[in-house]
Amino acid sequence: MANLLLLGQQTGNSWDLPANIAFYVIAVIAIGSALRMVTTNNVVHSALYLLLVLSSVAAVYILLGAEFVAATQVLVYIGAILVLLIFGVMLTRARIGIDDDLNYEQRWIGLGVSSLLFVVIAYSLWDFYGSDTRLVGYEPQRTREVADSIFSTYIVPFEAISVLLLAALIGAVVVARRD
Amino acid sequence: MSEFLRQYLLVAVFGGLAFGLVAALIGAASLFRPSRPSTGKVENYESGVDPVGSSWSQSQIRYYIFALLFVMFDVEAVFIFPWAARLEAFGFFGLVEMMIFIFILALGLAYAWRKGVLRWA
Repeated sequence: MANLLLLGQQTGNSWDLPANIAFYVIAVIAIGSALRMVTTNNVVHSALYLLLVLSSVAAVYILLGAEFVAATQVLVYIGAILVLLIFGVMLTRARIGIDDDLNYEQRWIGLGVSSLLFVVIAYSLWDFYGSDTRLVGYEPQRTREVADSIFSTYIVPFEAISVLLLAALIGAVVVARRD
Repeated sequence: MSEFLRQYLLVAVFGGLAFGLVAALIGAASLFRPSRPSTGKVENYESGVDPVGSSWSQSQIRYYIFALLFVMFDVEAVFIFPWAARLEAFGFFGLVEMMIFIFILALGLAYAWRKGVLRWA
């Protein structure tokens, strides 16, 4: 996070104003829609605001030069996970449409958990990068570099993903069949 | 600004122009057209029949299976893209790795097929 906030402030030795402006515009869209997502009283609208948040994150990945991660964000999170989420909303008994009975009893717990998460992520990034405000990966990362690390260092996690997906599918089939 | 981001700026400019063009055309149309709203005009269109009930409804769980199958093969595609970019370098080893990955996911599809959840009866 600390690294992201300093995005484009120093690229080499020159001040990168356009990337900086782009980052703050994207950040405002992301934070604004994240706030609307948790405050709207329509579950489906909430899912659509999540789409805006995820798209903004994809745009930040592009600014960081991580093209493959951005494409994955669009394909998997926007294309697939969000569809799954909307189906989940449509399947449950929760009232779809405007719900005036929504309560906010657990907002303080939510605030605590998200603050804790923010502190942990911010601290770990600050600890790792320190005063180095240069943008890591400002040079775009090629997809072949990603491929090289997937198929050498991370080959076991890669195969484990297929087993994980298999387990998810079998679980869903068992839940969906009622006989 | 790097060359990489400059290319994406071009994409953003094209996107902005597309939105701007549509906004300008619809905005111009709203200046010229007459505005006479009525209750019949704002009703949902259901092939000419009067709409019944609410448009929000609960759906069947079998849609969820198809959504989950889509997620599975979407993730599979995401891993096939970088593999394809380095196909020649990985050679036979890469082919075997990808075949194992696809085979395990195909097992899931075979299981769903065998259990009959793909049939819309």
